[in-house]
Amino acid sequence: MNTSISRRKFLVRSGIGVSVALGVSLSSCGLVRRKAAGILNEIEYAYRGDTNDPTIWFEVMADNQIILKSPKVEMGQGVFTALAQIAAEELEVDVENIKVVHAETQSGNIDKFGTGGSTSIPSLWTPLRELAATMRQMLVNAAAKQWSVDADQLTAQSGLVQYGNQQLTYGEIVQTIQEWDVPSTPKLKPKSSYQSIGKPVKRVDLTEKVTGAPIYGMDAALPNMLYAAVLRSPKIDATLETADTKAASQMPGVVKIVQEKDFVAVVADSYMEAENAKQKIKATWKTTKVWQTEDIEAELTVGRGSPVEIQKEGNASKILKENEATVIQREYWSPIGAHAQIEPNAAVAHVEGDHATIILSTQVTDITRSEVADRLGFKAENVNIVPTFLGGGFGRRLHTPHAMVAAVLSKSVGRPVKYVFSRQEEFQHDNFRPPTHHILRATLTADGDIEAISHDLSSGDVAFGSSLVPNIGNKFLGADLGAWRGGMIQYEAIPNHIVTSWRAKLPFSTSWWRGLGLLPNSFAIETFMDELAEQAGRDPIEFRLAHIKNDDRGNRLRAVIEAVAERANWKSGAPDGRALGFAASTDVNTPCAQIAEVSVEEGRIKVHKMTCAIDPGIAINPDQIRAQCEGSIVMGMSAAMYEEMFVKDNELRPVIYGPYQMAMMRDTPKEIDVVILENAETPGGLGEPPMGPVGAAIANAVYQLTGERITRMPFGHGNYELK
Amino acid sequence: MQITFTINGNTQTVDVDENTPLLWVVRDVLNLKGTKYGCGKAACGACTLHVDGEAVRSCSYAIKFAKGKSVTTIEGLGEAGNWHPVQQAWMEEIVPQCGYCQPGFMMATAALLDEVPNPTDQDIDDNIVNICRCGTYYRMRKAIHRAAAISQTNS
Repeated sequence: MNTSISRRKFLVRSGIGVSVALGVSLSSCGLVRRKAAGILNEIEYAYRGDTNDPTIWFEVMADNQIILKSPKVEMGQGVFTALAQIAAEELEVDVENIKVVHAETQSGNIDKFGTGGSTSIPSLWTPLRELAATMRQMLVNAAAKQWSVDADQLTAQSGLVQYGNQQLTYGEIVQTIQEWDVPSTPKLKPKSSYQSIGKPVKRVDLTEKVTGAPIYGMDAALPNMLYAAVLRSPKIDATLETADTKAASQMPGVVKIVQEKDFVAVVADSYMEAENAKQKIKATWKTTKVWQTEDIEAELTVGRGSPVEIQKEGNASKILKENEATVIQREYWSPIGAHAQIEPNAAVAHVEGDHATIILSTQVTDITRSEVADRLGFKAENVNIVPTFLGGGFGRRLHTPHAMVAAVLSKSVGRPVKYVFSRQEEFQHDNFRPPTHHILRATLTADGDIEAISHDLSSGDVAFGSSLVPNIGNKFLGADLGAWRGGMIQYEAIPNHIVTSWRAKLPFSTSWWRGLGLLPNSFAIETFMDELAEQAGRDPIEFRLAHIKNDDRGNRLRAVIEAVAERANWKSGAPDGRALGFAASTDVNTPCAQIAEVSVEEGRIKVHKMTCAIDPGIAINPDQIRAQCEGSIVMGMSAAMYEEMFVKDNELRPVIYGPYQMAMMRDTPKEIDVVILENAETPGGLGEPPMGPVGAAIANAVYQLTGERITRMPFGHGNYELK
Repeated sequence: MQITFTINGNTQTVDVDENTPLLWVVRDVLNLKGTKYGCGKAACGACTLHVDGEAVRSCSYAIKFAKGKSVTTIEGLGEAGNWHPVQQAWMEEIVPQCGYCQPGFMMATAALLDEVPNPTDQDIDDNIVNICRCGTYYRMRKAIHRAAAISQTNS
C-alpha cells in the first residue's frame, strides 16, 4: 500500500537560497568586478527549490521503505547514493531502506538550478538533513500522540519509534495518521555520531546497472508510440533553403512528414524506418561564410574582443611591461571538445489535449518544462517532465531542445513520439567545450620566487546565456563564469598577479563540459608553473608550496599537495625509464593535487600510475569520491591526450568514435591511487575538481623524459623522442 | 520477413525488414532494453550481445544473420540469486557510474572469459575495446580479474 502523508506546508525554518544572496551581493554592493569574481568562485549553494516541505521529498511506504524524490538527477556521479546517505542519517533509517527516484516536475519538487557544476551535495547538504530531521520528528510526534506520551521520551532508530517496550515502524505510523503536527526543525546530529555519512556504502543503483534495467531516457517507451528522425544540417552556420520530402514520404513505415518553421522531421513506425526515410530528403542549405579550423583559431586569440580582469592583486601588468627582457612567456591551446556521452539524446513526448508528458535524460527539468510549455502554448504546470537516469551528463543535458521537437511531433500525429539522435547528429550538434588560447607571462625575483604573473585566456562561451548561472552574474562581470573555471592563480602569495578573460565569438554552440574551463586552464597554468620552477632551479612542488598563501584556502591546497607528494614518493622519484609529473588545481573550493607516473614507449606516452589527493571537506561516500577521481582522471587524460574536433568546410568532424579518439581500457593507468582529506566542515563539490590537474601532471612528466614543453592539447598523438 | 531465432533461451519469431539491425529488434520489437544504442556503427560496443556465444555488436548485425541462432542479452546473463560471475564481480567492485555502457562491457567480458578463463592485462587490453565515457576502466579491469576468479571457484 502506498501511503502518502498528508500535505502541510512547513515554514518553520528559513530557506537558504544562496543563489538569492548571490544576486543581492552583486547587484547592491557595488563590488569591483574582480572581487565579485572571487565571490562567484565561492558559489556552493546552487540549488533553487524547496527546502521546507518534507512531504514533497519523502513518501513513507507501509513496508517501511522511504521514497526520496530527488530534484537532482543521477548521471553517474553517485548523487542518489549520497542523498540516500544524508537523508538516512537524519531519518534514522538504514540506507537500504531509502529508495531514491527522480522527482517528476508534477511532484512539485523542482530545482530551478538543475544538476551540474559539482553543486548538488554542497547545496543540499543542510536543507536535506533539515528536511529529513523534520520528517523524523513528525513521525516521532505522531507516535507520541498515539501513545499519549511526551515526544521527548521516544527514540527513533532504524526506522522504528520506540517508547519503553512499545514500538512502531515508520510505515505503521503513517498509516494511522491523517493530520500531522508541525514540528520545528530539530537540532541536526553532530559529525561524531554519523552512521551513514562517511561510509563507503555501495551505490544504490547497482542492481539496475548490472542487469540492463530500462532506466535511461533512451529506454523510454509508451504504448502506440512512433519514432522520429529530424533533418539537420551537417554544416555550421547553415539555414535550410529547400527540402524535397516526396521520396522520403514514400519510404516504408513513414506515417507523416512534419515541416515546421525551424525543422523538418519524419515520423515512422520504427526508428530505422524514420532514419532511412530522413536520408531520402533532398535538402539545400545556405551558408554565409566558409569556416575551417584555422578560422576558429583566428577568432580565438588573446587580444581579440574586450578584456575583463577576473583576478588582480598588485601591479602585475606594470612589472611585466617594465621587465620585458626577462619575462618568461608561453602560449597554450586547447581544442574543441565533444561530450561524447554514450547515451545519445532522445525524448519521448506524449501530448494529450492541453497536457504533455516528456520522458528524457535532462540536467534541467525546469528549463525543459518551460521550453516545452512555451513552444506548445501550454501552462507549465500542464507539462510533466519525467527525468530518467542519464547515460552520461557532463553538461550535455543542459540543452534539451529535442524535448520541444518531440512534443510538437506528438501533437502533430496525436500519438506518443520518440525522437532519437543519431551519433552523427550527437557529434555535429553538440554544445561543445569551447577551444581556448592562453598566454602566461611571469618574472622571477633574484631569489627564484615569482614576482609577477599574468594569465590571459580566450575562450568560446561557456556560461553566457546559460540558465545555470543567474544572468546578473555574467552581465555584471562581463566575463564568462564558466570559461575561467580553473583560470585563477591559486598561488595567491605571488604578490602581483592578474588574470584576464577574452571572449571569442564562435559560429557553433559551446557550453558546459565537465569542469568547464578547469581542464584547459589548469593545463596552461600548471605546465607554466613547472617551467617557472625549472627556470628558478627549484623543485616543482617546493616551488608551488612557497607561493601558497597562509589562509584557510591555501592551507587546504598545501595539505593535498603534501599528501600526494608523500603518497607517490615524489622525493624518491620514478622507477627507471619513467618520470613523475605534478599539478594541482582548486575548483569549487575543492583542492586537488595529482602526480602522474609516465614513460614514453616507441614515441607514445604511456601513463602507468596516477596518484590523486583531494579535499572535498566532509566525505559523504569515500568509495564514490574515489570513483569520481578515477573517472575524472580517465576523462581528463582522454581529453588532454586524444580528443579533438575539427572544422572542415563548415562541417564539424569527426562524427564517430574511433576517429574521435578517446581513452580506452589499454590507455587507462593500471594504478589510480586516491587519498581523501577532510579539512573543511561541509562537503564540497567533487564531480569536476579532479579533472583539473590531469593534463598538466602528465605533460610535466613527459617534459622530464623528452625535454620538450607541451603547449597544445591534445598531446597524446605526438611522436616523442627521449632526451 | 519472418525470422525465427532463440533469445535468452526462448524461441521467437519476428516480422521485420531482414536488414533491420538486431539491436533494434531486441530493443523495440522484443522490448529488451538492456542492450544499448550508442553509435550505430559498431564503434563503441554499447550494443554488445552474444550470438551463438560470440560477442557481437548488434547495431551493425542484420537480423537476417540471426536466423536459427541463439542470442543472449544482458537480461539472459544472470539475475538476483543466480548472478553471472561478471555481474557479481561488477557489483563487488562497484564498477558502474552512469551505467549506460556497462551491459555491453559485461557481455564482452563474459564472452572473453568463455575463451580465456584467466585473462592477462594484455588480453583485457586487446579484447575489451568498448568505450566508457565515465572512465570506469580502472574498476572494470579489477572486476574482470575478479570475475575470472569467481568463475574458477564456482567450477
